[in-house]
Amino acid sequence: MTVPAAAPDLAVQRLRADFPILRTEVNGHPLVYLDSAATSQKPRQVLDAELDFLTQHNAAVHRGAHTTAAEATDLFEDARAAVAGFVGATPDELVWTSGATMGLNLIAYAIGNASQMGRRAGGRFALRPSDEIVVTVAEHHANLLPWQELAARTGAVLRHIPVHDDGTLDLNAARDIIGERTRVLAFSHVSNVLGLVNPVADLVELARAAGALTVLDACQSAPHLPLDLPALGVDLAVFSGHKMLGPYGIGGLYGHAEVLDDLPPFLTGGSMISTVTLDHAEYLPPPHKFEAGTQPVGPAIGLAAAVRYLDAVGMDAVAAHERIVAERMRDGLREIDGIRLLGDAPGAERVGLWSFEVEGVHAHDAGQYLDARGIAVRVGHHCAAPLHRRFGVAASVRASTALYTTHAEVDMFLDGVRGIRAYFGAGS
Amino acid sequence: MSGLDSLYQELILDHAKHPHGTPLAGETGRVARSHQHNPMCGDDVTVQARVSADGTRLLDVTWSGSGCSISQASASMLAALIDDDAGESGVARERVTALIDGFREALRSRGRLPLDEETYADAAALSGVSKYSARVKCAMLAWVALEDAVARA
Repeated sequence: MTVPAAAPDLAVQRLRADFPILRTEVNGHPLVYLDSAATSQKPRQVLDAELDFLTQHNAAVHRGAHTTAAEATDLFEDARAAVAGFVGATPDELVWTSGATMGLNLIAYAIGNASQMGRRAGGRFALRPSDEIVVTVAEHHANLLPWQELAARTGAVLRHIPVHDDGTLDLNAARDIIGERTRVLAFSHVSNVLGLVNPVADLVELARAAGALTVLDACQSAPHLPLDLPALGVDLAVFSGHKMLGPYGIGGLYGHAEVLDDLPPFLTGGSMISTVTLDHAEYLPPPHKFEAGTQPVGPAIGLAAAVRYLDAVGMDAVAAHERIVAERMRDGLREIDGIRLLGDAPGAERVGLWSFEVEGVHAHDAGQYLDARGIAVRVGHHCAAPLHRRFGVAASVRASTALYTTHAEVDMFLDGVRGIRAYFGAGS
Repeated sequence: MSGLDSLYQELILDHAKHPHGTPLAGETGRVARSHQHNPMCGDDVTVQARVSADGTRLLDVTWSGSGCSISQASASMLAALIDDDAGESGVARERVTALIDGFREALRSRGRLPLDEETYADAAALSGVSKYSARVKCAMLAWVALEDAVARA
C-alpha cells in the first residue's frame, strides 16, 4: 500500500476536539498521551451514545415485551451489527465479551469443556495428552496464561514460536513446530511490545495444513489497521473495546460460524438457552450461546459508537496517519544516543508503537522524567515478560500512538527523550 | 525545586550511582536473607542481615539487586542507616522494625508525613517519593526485604 504524503484527509486537529482529555494539562504541561496501546482515549460521541442509551432507552434486552425493552434490544443488536461489520464479520459471528482477556479465556475454557466431554461428544476441539497448543514468545500474558492453564488441565503440550533478534517471527521455526500434533495456534496480529504485524497468512496456512484451530489476538490491530477477520482466515479472534476508543468492560469475540456452532459454551445461565428442564438444557445458536447472563449493553452501544467514529475517519486514513507518525518517532529515536529500539526490523509492517531501552537509565526513571513534562508513556514489561526476557530487558519504555497523535506531540516526546540520560547522569 | 527534582534529589541519584552495602556479604555466622521482586517493573533485591548469636541484634545489612534509581538508592540508604546505627554492638531488632514501620507510614502518607532526618539520615531524602504513589513500591522494596529477613532471623 502506498503512503500518502501527509494523510491530508485525516484532520487530526479537528478530530482532537472530540477528545476532552487531550486538552488537559499534566504537571503544568499539555498532556501528550502516548499510551494508547494500554488504553485509548474516548471521544465524546462514545460517551454520548452510552449516556443517551442509559437516559432514554435503558431496559433489559432480549426479555420483556414493553416498548423500551424492544428499543434497547434493537440498539443492542444494531451495536453488534456495527462492531461485527467493522471487523468484516456478520452479526452472528460476533460474541460480546468483557474484553480480549475474557474472550481468550472463553475460547480456552470452551476447548477445555470439549476436552472433558471426550473426542466424540466434544468433537474436533477436544484436546488429549500429547496434543499441542502453539503460541509465540511475543504474546501478551492474556494470550499465554489461558493456554498454559488449558495445557495443564488437558495434558496437552504448550509450545512457543521464537522471534528473531529484530523482533520478527521465526517462520522457519514455526514450520518445524506446527505439525500434525498441533490442535490450536494462538498468536497476536500485532505485538503489544514490538508493534510488528505478524504474518497472519503464513501462520494460518501452516495451521490449516496441520488441521489446527487458529486464534488471533487483534487488540493492537483493531484500533490502527483496516481489519477483515474472515479474509484473514482465522477461526477465532478477540479484541478489546477500550483500546479502540470504546468503553471499558466490552470487547468482541469473532468466530467463524461453523466454529462457533461446534464449540461448547463456557459460561452458562440466563439468556443463552432455548429449553431448560431440571436435568438438561438446550442452548441458543451463536452468538447467544456464549452470552450467559445480563450483558454490558451500555458499553456495547458505546463500542458501536467508537467503530462508527473510526469508520467515519476511515481506517485506511488512520493507518496511513499512524504509519507516518511511527516513522517520525523511529527516525527521531534512532538519532538519540543510548536508545535501543526493540523490534526495529527494516521494512517491516507495523503500527505506531515503539518500545525501547535507555542505556544507563531504568525504564521507570525514564517514564518519570517524561511524565514531569506531561508525556504519558508505559514503562515495565507491558504484560509480556517472556518477550522482555528474550531480549534481555527487565523493563522498557513504550510510546504508542493513535489516530489523534500529532507530529508536534512526537516532537515533544523526542525532545523529552533527548533529556533523559543527561538528567540521570548516564553515559557521563 | 521542580516536582521532578524533589523526587530525584541529588542525594538519591548519588546513592543510586555509588551504592552503599552492596554486593551481598558472604553467609558467615548467623544471617537471614530475603528476596523481593516487583513484578510491575522488574525491580529485584536480595537483602541479607547479619544477626547476633542470640538473635536479638542486627550487626549489618548488605544487599544486591537491580532496578530503578529510587529502588537502588533506597536499598543503599537503608544499608547505610542500619550500619551507622549498629556500630560495634549492633542494633536491636525492635529498633529495626520500628524504623521500617515509620518508613512505611511516611511513604504511604502521600506527602503528609516527612521522614525525620535525625532518625532516617540520608533515607529522609526519600520523603518526596510519597507524593508519587506509583513509585512508593520502588522505595519500599529493600525495606520490605529487610522486614521479611528480620522476621525469619
